[in-house]
Amino acid sequence: MEAKTLFDKIWDSHVVKEVEGGPSVIYIDRHFIHEVTSPVAFLGLEKRGAKVLRPEKTVATPDHNVPTIDQHLSIKDELSRNQVEMLKKNCAKHGIVYHGLGTEGHGVVHIIGPEMGITQPGMTIVCGDSHTSTHGAFGAIAFGIGTSEVEMVLASQCIMQPKPKKMLISVNGKLNKGVTAKDIALYVIAQISTSGGTGHFVEFAGSAIESLTMEGRMTLCNMSIECGARGGMIAPDQTTFDYVKGREFAPKGEAWDKTLAYWKTLKSDADAVFDTVYEFDAANIEPMITFGTNPGMGIGISKNVPTSAGLIGNDKLTYEKSLKYMGYTEGDKMVGKQIDYVFVGSCTNGRIEDFRAFAQFVKGKKKADNVTAWIVPGSRAVEKQIIAEGLVEILNEAGFELRQPGCSACLAMNDDKIPEGKYSVSTSNRNFEGRQGPGARTLLASPLTAAAAAVTGKITDPREFL
Amino acid sequence: MAYDKFTTLTSSAVPLPIENIDTDQIIPARFLKAVERKGFGDNLFRDWRYDKSNQPIADFPLNQAKYSGEILVGGKNFGSGSSREHAAWAIYDYGFRVVVSSFFADIFQGNALNNGILPVVVSPEFLEKIFAAIGADNNAQFEVDLQNQKFTIKATGESADFTINPYKKHCLTHGLDDIDYLISMKEEIAAFEK
Ligand code: SF4
Repeated sequence: MEAKTLFDKIWDSHVVKEVEGGPSVIYIDRHFIHEVTSPVAFLGLEKRGAKVLRPEKTVATPDHNVPTIDQHLSIKDELSRNQVEMLKKNCAKHGIVYHGLGTEGHGVVHIIGPEMGITQPGMTIVCGDSHTSTHGAFGAIAFGIGTSEVEMVLASQCIMQPKPKKMLISVNGKLNKGVTAKDIALYVIAQISTSGGTGHFVEFAGSAIESLTMEGRMTLCNMSIECGARGGMIAPDQTTFDYVKGREFAPKGEAWDKTLAYWKTLKSDADAVFDTVYEFDAANIEPMITFGTNPGMGIGISKNVPTSAGLIGNDKLTYEKSLKYMGYTEGDKMVGKQIDYVFVGSCTNGRIEDFRAFAQFVKGKKKADNVTAWIVPGSRAVEKQIIAEGLVEILNEAGFELRQPGCSACLAMNDDKIPEGKYSVSTSNRNFEGRQGPGARTLLASPLTAAAAAVTGKITDPREFL
Repeated sequence: MAYDKFTTLTSSAVPLPIENIDTDQIIPARFLKAVERKGFGDNLFRDWRYDKSNQPIADFPLNQAKYSGEILVGGKNFGSGSSREHAAWAIYDYGFRVVVSSFFADIFQGNALNNGILPVVVSPEFLEKIFAAIGADNNAQFEVDLQNQKFTIKATGESADFTINPYKKHCLTHGLDDIDYLISMKEEIAAFEK
């Protein structure tokens, strides 16, 4: 039999039909929707007079737009409120489960899926949001889609997609002190660039990847989209099975045993062929930080801003434009630069382990006076856990306040906007111009590096404190 | 979403020689709050087009009267970042039917095709030639021939072939979308579920 990759195995078992000279029709097991990319899809559906084919396979939550304080009050911004209400209405009309603001199941869509055990190995999962790649951490094919495709899934539980190429990224060896999954992600993107993965679906493997917790794997797969890939995935193993077992929507009893046996087959065959292969040594990775305006512009925190030497034409212009936006000069030392804001949260680093790491770091220290910090849990469940573990007290004592769940300053669609020209050390995933508010300057980093910046008020190597 | 059929187009082009143009630039997140597909063209490249007091930024190509046309020419890795289809809507709504680059991000490319926009991939060298042609004559004409998959610089007669998936080509030529096709597959989908 032909050797197959993990991706092939799942993809091939979900092909409903191959269209001649065209994309494949792929069956979708789970569909997540949120308030921003779904309203036009529902409108389209209604215009066609079509119904939602399998409402039980779609789960909804409002996350992009919601305020992160006073969630019990009605949303002040009229447009945001309208979008959130529209989602609720559409769900009620079409029989879709809706986890509203303030309810137990609320949170960023990519955080609640795994939390509830909805995300499982071997599935095909889509959402009108590029960071759907997060769910690939479980050995699922998960990727972001546009609104037309949201409509397709609602109407037919299928989408049409050309089969992507396959890429293997192995990271082997032991991770250095202070290096997290986020640093692996930023390192890999810096190495292969923001377009290095275009046209591909990535499988991450190697001993450094296997050593990651489920949450770390989610952080890594979340960021896989930032190298241009359709998504990233990691073969499920004992860490995965232990995480899923017992969650609300996980198979139970006999069904568990049967499903587990299948999940154990989900790995790339030893002689499977990938179109592109990269290998990295974990020993070369240090805590990372970005200095420019795309996630590929990251460097080890001890390094200086690279020079544009060797760049020509548009490459050089683009590089200079980026540094100008950031207010940085070639050759600048990153460590010691003043910052203004710290954001901990998002579907990249908004899970309990991220807040544990942050709280542990700031314990007994004080937030720097020049820093405004937004600590935003990824979901209600994470918020409750933070409280249950007594992390709130640690945070409060150090001068930090906990906000309520949502996407928040990751994309600044709500009120959590970084003011123009200000520097924000952020655990989110994108540092594009204006991503965190018009004129905002974003420095992507791990929760540890964010914590070090929060207590010193400047870019600081977290290893100094470890 | 219904859109006009596409066969051939002859037009001048607007140059945007910037790389990695991400969807947050094409349409910033704060403009994604609509629940209908209307008026996105006004906010296309909003923060590059207008300053804080909503005054047009004079040297941005979309604000320069000398540039016009239904073709947008961008630097490599166009459309990276978020999956927001609003980016494609904004481009279409503004009046572009073709985007040319040496490289497109995957999701954007799919979204463009689903909305009647033709993404044309040319070599980095040919892309430079297009920018040069616009530089030499702001009104330089280009021909996009979908049937023969050819992009031609009229002034020099130089042309480049581009690829497009045959199914997508069929859809674009006839103004069809995937959704009706999928709905028509109801029985096959039901059979697959068993
Ligand atoms: S947290 Fe950020 S990246 Fe994640 S879903 Fe929300 S806006 Fe998108």
